[in-house]
Amino acid sequence: MLGRLLDWFTAPAQWSSGTGIPTRVLEHLGYTLLAVVIAAVIALPLGALIGHTRRGGLAVVGVANGLRAVPEIGVLVLFVLLLGLGLLPPTLALVLLAVPPMLAGAYSGVAGADAGAVDAARGMGMREHQILLQVEVPAAVPLVLGGVRFATLQVVATATIAAYVGLGGLGRYIIDGFSVRDYPQVLGGALVVAVLSIVVELVLQGLGRLVTPGPGRVRITSPFAPADPPTSRPVPS
Amino acid sequence: MRAFGYEIDELVVDHVLLAVVPVLLGLVIALPLGWWAHRSRGARRVLVPLSGALYTIPSLALIVFIPVLLATPILSPLNVLVTLTIYAVALLVRSVAEALDSVSDTVTTAAVAVGYRPTGLLLGVQLPLAVPVLTAGVRVASVTTFSMVTVGALVGVQSLGTLMTDGFQQDYTAMVVTGIVGSIALAFVFDALWLGLGRSLTPWSRARAGV
Repeated sequence: MLGRLLDWFTAPAQWSSGTGIPTRVLEHLGYTLLAVVIAAVIALPLGALIGHTRRGGLAVVGVANGLRAVPEIGVLVLFVLLLGLGLLPPTLALVLLAVPPMLAGAYSGVAGADAGAVDAARGMGMREHQILLQVEVPAAVPLVLGGVRFATLQVVATATIAAYVGLGGLGRYIIDGFSVRDYPQVLGGALVVAVLSIVVELVLQGLGRLVTPGPGRVRITSPFAPADPPTSRPVPS
Repeated sequence: MRAFGYEIDELVVDHVLLAVVPVLLGLVIALPLGWWAHRSRGARRVLVPLSGALYTIPSLALIVFIPVLLATPILSPLNVLVTLTIYAVALLVRSVAEALDSVSDTVTTAAVAVGYRPTGLLLGVQLPLAVPVLTAGVRVASVTTFSMVTVGALVGVQSLGTLMTDGFQQDYTAMVVTGIVGSIALAFVFDALWLGLGRSLTPWSRARAGV
């Protein structure tokens, strides 16, 4: 099996044709980027606003946690059945899955900004939008990035499954290989997508370190991380 | 109960088994690993990033790898079971470590002072006090696992996910929606069970809250 897997990787067509590995990787990254950017444009400002006003925050976190129960394959299939084939329906499904974690990250980041700093800013006469942009948003960066990271990984994984409803990308190898019992292709695809996920995660981690202020670097965690000790994440009251 | 040409009860039973067994196995495996990560900084530095990396791998990719690693048949439900157990361990190792971290040093020091030995300390003091934080971690793992079971339908392993894939093939929206709603409902039912179990194991937290 290992030899056949190697053959699959080294076949010349794999590196030059329109369905070769580089093309599939780019497709996969393209779907991911598209969905994550759309979701970020929707979720981050909204989450920051909810965090600033502290209204509806519990609902946001509740919905984000509840959405873990929603089976991704079901959402993909449903969107395609209702809206038809093509790029749009699966992308919408990916956006839907990416919004809640980013919303929760932006909300908990902004709401968790040091209350003393916010009070001081208000006392100095800063306006609400200045407080949001100059005090709360910078403090929220680690949690926002945690949310973006979690959402991105979820989108990379779900985009793999989306091959089942006709999307391109690396999932094609797994789904197509499976349907014709071509296991080297299945395994090759799985290997590439696993490596891609880990690379994406490492890049996002590196990016997080780059833009997080302070020499000690605040630890970035998913906004859903079940059990952070209270010292590392201020809980909004 | 029969619908859409399927015995729904059978799909539900398969779905529950494929979700509950990995969470329980995951907990059994994660307890010693998490305890180790709690005790040793070096172990934590290896175990936490490693489980993070495992969790990063898309489930569909991991499911198709298991047959190669374990020599199981490609269509066997065992592949899904093992994959979901790996994810549960990856999620729970950190939870267990952080749950044990959450027990106050004052309490453990006091327990040592009154003569608790390491095993008794762990089983009699630390674990019980870690239950609330641990329950939170197990609930996340359980809900996630219930949703991931459906991915097995893509490799022919039956669960409520089968209603989604076959509903897609037959262009039958009601069947897909039944699968989605059923799968979410099961996840929530078991979430409530874990919550109840966690509460019943920590009667003192209710007493404190005055309930």
